[in-house]
Amino acid sequence: MPVLFYIFSAIALVFGAMVVVLRNPVSSALSLVMSFVGVAALFVLLDAYFIGTIQILVYAGAVMVLFLFIIMLLDLKAEARRKLNFVAFGGGVLITVAFAIQIYMVLESFGPGAQKLADAKLDLPAASAANAEGLTPSIHETLQSGSLPDTKIIGHVLFTDYLFHIQVVAVLLLVATLGVVILSKKQLK
Amino acid sequence: MELTLNHFLAVSGLLFTIGLGGVLLRRNIIIIFMCLELMLSAASITLAAFARFGTVNGLPNYNGQMMIFLIITVAAAEVAVGLAIIVALFRARRTIHVEDINSMRG
Repeated sequence: MPVLFYIFSAIALVFGAMVVVLRNPVSSALSLVMSFVGVAALFVLLDAYFIGTIQILVYAGAVMVLFLFIIMLLDLKAEARRKLNFVAFGGGVLITVAFAIQIYMVLESFGPGAQKLADAKLDLPAASAANAEGLTPSIHETLQSGSLPDTKIIGHVLFTDYLFHIQVVAVLLLVATLGVVILSKKQLK
Repeated sequence: MELTLNHFLAVSGLLFTIGLGGVLLRRNIIIIFMCLELMLSAASITLAAFARFGTVNGLPNYNGQMMIFLIITVAAAEVAVGLAIIVALFRARRTIHVEDINSMRG
């Protein structure tokens, strides 16, 4: 398991760095896809199978197509080298390095961070017994057979505890759609 | 060496730092936008890690995963609106270089 973790986090980080370093926007967009694939694999390592799938579908699928479409629509070429604004560049590097050091120091002193993945076991039959009322019969069946019904549980939580939130998200998506249509009209008034 | 919570948090922190560096250092507005997406997915890794390590009755904490679900939806909406704004901007100014976009005049 650690081997897979290192491979996929290396993919996520190296391609993430390539997004920033490469000069051609199309290369950046494709590196971003690979970075998201690495992140999705990390989600799967963390037993969040549904979220991993959604990450691939939404980001690597929909969002990236949108990015590539816009890049090609605007017909962007690789950036010409410009004269570097040294104050801005130095400031950016300084803030980034300071942020990295800060994160390192927080993780250094974060006690619960030493908890091992092997210690945080998933106990599926016990989960079925502890949530006797909360979950549906089909979820209990899968839990007792010893596999994690990830998507079923997410669906259950989504339409019980998070019913209001999902409706707010629905309104948000509607507003975003309308906003995009209005923004894309030829004549802005 | 066994996997610990800190491994995942470190990856998330590094990915967030890369995204922050991109936002601060790059001058192409589309790349800046991609780096914002990178930072959002770094935050998602943190939530997934805490959801997995903070087990409730032997199951991962699904509240954390719901938060990721909401982040992904909001990010998708944000990309759609943001790219529409970039297209409108490009139509008006013929540039996506942030240093060329420096006036508030319409």
